[in-house]
Amino acid sequence: MMKQLSATDKQLILATQAGLPLCAKPYQQLAQQLQLTEQQVIAKLEQFIQCGIIRRIAVVPNHYKLGYTANAMSVWDIDDDFIDALGEKMAQLPFVSHCYQRPRHLPIWPYNLFIMLHAKDKSTIHTQIQQIKQQLQPHYQRYELLYSSKILKKTGLRLNP
Amino acid sequence: MFDDLETKIINQLQESFPLCSQPFAKLAEQWQTDEQVIINKIQALLDQGILTRFGPLYNAEKLGGAFCLCAMQVKGQDWDTVVSIVNGFTEVAHNYQRQHRLNMWFVLATETPEAIAQIIQQIETQTQQKVYAFPKEQEYYVGLTLSLS
Repeated sequence: MMKQLSATDKQLILATQAGLPLCAKPYQQLAQQLQLTEQQVIAKLEQFIQCGIIRRIAVVPNHYKLGYTANAMSVWDIDDDFIDALGEKMAQLPFVSHCYQRPRHLPIWPYNLFIMLHAKDKSTIHTQIQQIKQQLQPHYQRYELLYSSKILKKTGLRLNP
Repeated sequence: MFDDLETKIINQLQESFPLCSQPFAKLAEQWQTDEQVIINKIQALLDQGILTRFGPLYNAEKLGGAFCLCAMQVKGQDWDTVVSIVNGFTEVAHNYQRQHRLNMWFVLATETPEAIAQIIQQIETQTQQKVYAFPKEQEYYVGLTLSLS
């Protein structure tokens, strides 16, 4: 489903998806570039945030460079009847960054709940896993922990609306 | 390792950045520093790769686009070839090597939901290997920010 975007909306998205100008008045600079007023740019971005087109305006750090070198994807085989309740519960844990239900691929992949964990060392990850296990019992059959060993590519999202 | 201003930028601006005429001046007032000092510091953090982005984070699904997590089982001798084929697709936003039989995990971001299947097929054809698709069936809300102490 494509949201109805005006030509101005699209221009604003294209102008900002790689980032905001780093200057004292970034919205004013965008306005000049797009032949709008600063107030129009701010109002439009506010509207995008309200309708969820923009999740937030923020900085995104590189986990590794902040010392969060243990980044693990924990994957769990959860009884289907309990997955929503348990997924919601896992999302509340302070060290969980993403939590998704995804399809199984039997036989190679029996896991349907993906919980991303970030810590400064592997022993902390193991402590987190113990906490998760306690909360998921008795509704998980098995789990695995996949560490990322290398970032092969990381580019921001590029859209062409 | 990180100074006071860097810590504030990383901890506080992960959540949100002001949407007003002079956002850096607003932060400078809160943090009792100068707006140009903040601007220079963010630029330096970007240049060093400590920050990967500064700006609006778009939700592709709301724009009609789609995301899909995918994985492949790549053998050692094919590794470099497959990495270069997969990374060559502009639709591949992130790609991670992971320690598992499924050892390559990447995220596709496309302009339409239909394009996901097309790109998967192209990757399978070019690499001669199966791509396992893990589309999100449910997202449980989380709001983690990585904090520096």
